[in-house]
Amino acid sequence: MSSYMPYMLCFVLFCIGIFAVFSKKSLIKIIVGLAISEYAANLFLILVGYKMGGRAPIFSPTETISPDLMVDPLPQALVLTSIVIGLAITAFLVAIAMRLYEKYGTFDVTKIRELRG
Amino acid sequence: MIGPNTLPLFVAIPLAGAFICPLLGKRVKSAVDAVGIMAVLGVFALSIFAVITLEGRDYSPISVTAGGWPAPYGIQMVLDGLTAFMLVTVNFVALLVAIYSLSYMDRYTSRWKYFTLFLLMLAGMNGVLITGDIFNLFVFLEIASIASYALVAFGTEKHELEAAFRYAVMGSIGSLLILMGITLIYSRASTLNMAHIAQRLQVFGMGRTGLAALVLFVAGFGLKSALVPFHAWLPDAHPSAPAPISAMLSGVLIKSLGVYALARLVFNVLGITPHISSALMALGALSMVVGAILAMNQWDLKRLLAYSSISQIGYIVLGLGVGTPLGILGGLFHLFNHSVFKSLLFLDSGSIEYSVGSRDLREMGGLGKRMRVTSWTTLSASMSISGVPPFAGFWSKLLIIMACIQEKQWVYAIVAVAISIVTLAYFLKVTRFAFLGTVRDTLRGVIEVPAFMRIAMVGLAMVCILGGLLLIPGIREAFLGGAANALSAGVIIPGEMGR
Repeated sequence: MSSYMPYMLCFVLFCIGIFAVFSKKSLIKIIVGLAISEYAANLFLILVGYKMGGRAPIFSPTETISPDLMVDPLPQALVLTSIVIGLAITAFLVAIAMRLYEKYGTFDVTKIRELRG
Repeated sequence: MIGPNTLPLFVAIPLAGAFICPLLGKRVKSAVDAVGIMAVLGVFALSIFAVITLEGRDYSPISVTAGGWPAPYGIQMVLDGLTAFMLVTVNFVALLVAIYSLSYMDRYTSRWKYFTLFLLMLAGMNGVLITGDIFNLFVFLEIASIASYALVAFGTEKHELEAAFRYAVMGSIGSLLILMGITLIYSRASTLNMAHIAQRLQVFGMGRTGLAALVLFVAGFGLKSALVPFHAWLPDAHPSAPAPISAMLSGVLIKSLGVYALARLVFNVLGITPHISSALMALGALSMVVGAILAMNQWDLKRLLAYSSISQIGYIVLGLGVGTPLGILGGLFHLFNHSVFKSLLFLDSGSIEYSVGSRDLREMGGLGKRMRVTSWTTLSASMSISGVPPFAGFWSKLLIIMACIQEKQWVYAIVAVAISIVTLAYFLKVTRFAFLGTVRDTLRGVIEVPAFMRIAMVGLAMVCILGGLLLIPGIREAFLGGAANALSAGVIIPGEMGR
């Protein structure tokens, strides 16, 4: 049970974010919900490469460390890319939300409804 | 002609163009147009060479590793039959859309921003097509997606911003699902290279992890390609963009980001099983029916076209889902045809908006006499999309229906025929309300659109009419056959890709 626990919590976090995106009325809260889901996905990526008691994957000339004791470095490199992409999307969404606020004077999505869905 | 060294150019040329446009944009206005057209023309020429080269070497894939790192560590770029086919489709539509934009974008300010985003989107799409690395695919997918979110908001009016917001949120959720799928695949196979994943999954088996990843991929790429349970964003986003961008989004973006990526992963990396096959067929049939029914009672021309895209994507996924070589050939041929006629229809709707200033079918009428080129090109695209012989769309739908019958999927075959008739009905509605009838008094002053826009529309219309010739033996093997073989060959073997 305990070894699956971090993954389960990560999945719960993802679902909380998705729930916020679909149920909240404020544009800002929707963006925050998306950010929460994004963090959950990034956390999941890191968890996959994690090893209990593992250390940083750096080889040193003074001491010999077996690669078995290191965490997988690849997900950590991937998550950097993923965070940058997430930043771009968040910045874009915030910019759009600001423009929408200028036009409508509100962040409430129920009042911003020109399109028929 | 196309060697390993020229392969990265498919991404590098549009990316360089996107970099140069803002540098020139503020000083030399006309140079931006030149840079944009030259970049797209360059990649289109390269993709034609790619098809010729591949045929010359009997469709053995060409691959190159970025930075010279060997395959499992470095990022691999691969050119096989399917990639070459998709590159030609995407860059052909992009070229004509860029020509169309030269005149159309006069309505908007800051052309350099438009061309920058356009080229960035093209770079992302070409990257998705050419990469052989699953995480690299995600990165290019995001480049194309973010550029397209910004392009939907380009007009910065109320409904455009709203549509862009909704599109960006839904698109990001799709990307997150894809990212989690990639994570699961990585945890199962410990590699990101597509060929190596395919090999390891053959050895270790899919396991529950692989199945979970597959579900996430279907949902994520389903969101990107607007299959029916995931379609709600498309009818807002596609009509809100400027017409040339609607043409790109509906014509090629949902296919290269959604259908191509899904097909590549399902057929070549994870391996297709009867369950996935029936799931894809069911999703495709559902999209066909729902999209067509919703399109019937739309009065906004671009919205009608957007719903019709959902319906036609259903045909493509149905054809691919059948999984037989004939079904795959039909699905890919319909993908090509849909790229051509749907972008043509969106360009036509743009021309009408340019001249008439409205998208509501009820405010049009008698435009056939005023705008001959627009009217004839719309007619040929409508005939092609509704599957009237001898237009190109007829042949691809015929192949899909024949594949369904061969596999004894009678229900799907009947649905495909019935929806084809419904499609004809709503395109007759477009023709009837927009082009036939008497000219309204308010529309007396309407004139045909400028030359660049006409050139683009006529170019696409010719392909609609003559597209059926692609099935002639000799031409078929070179273009469609290579692509269909790449998919129906099943999972890839690293030796083949690592060359």
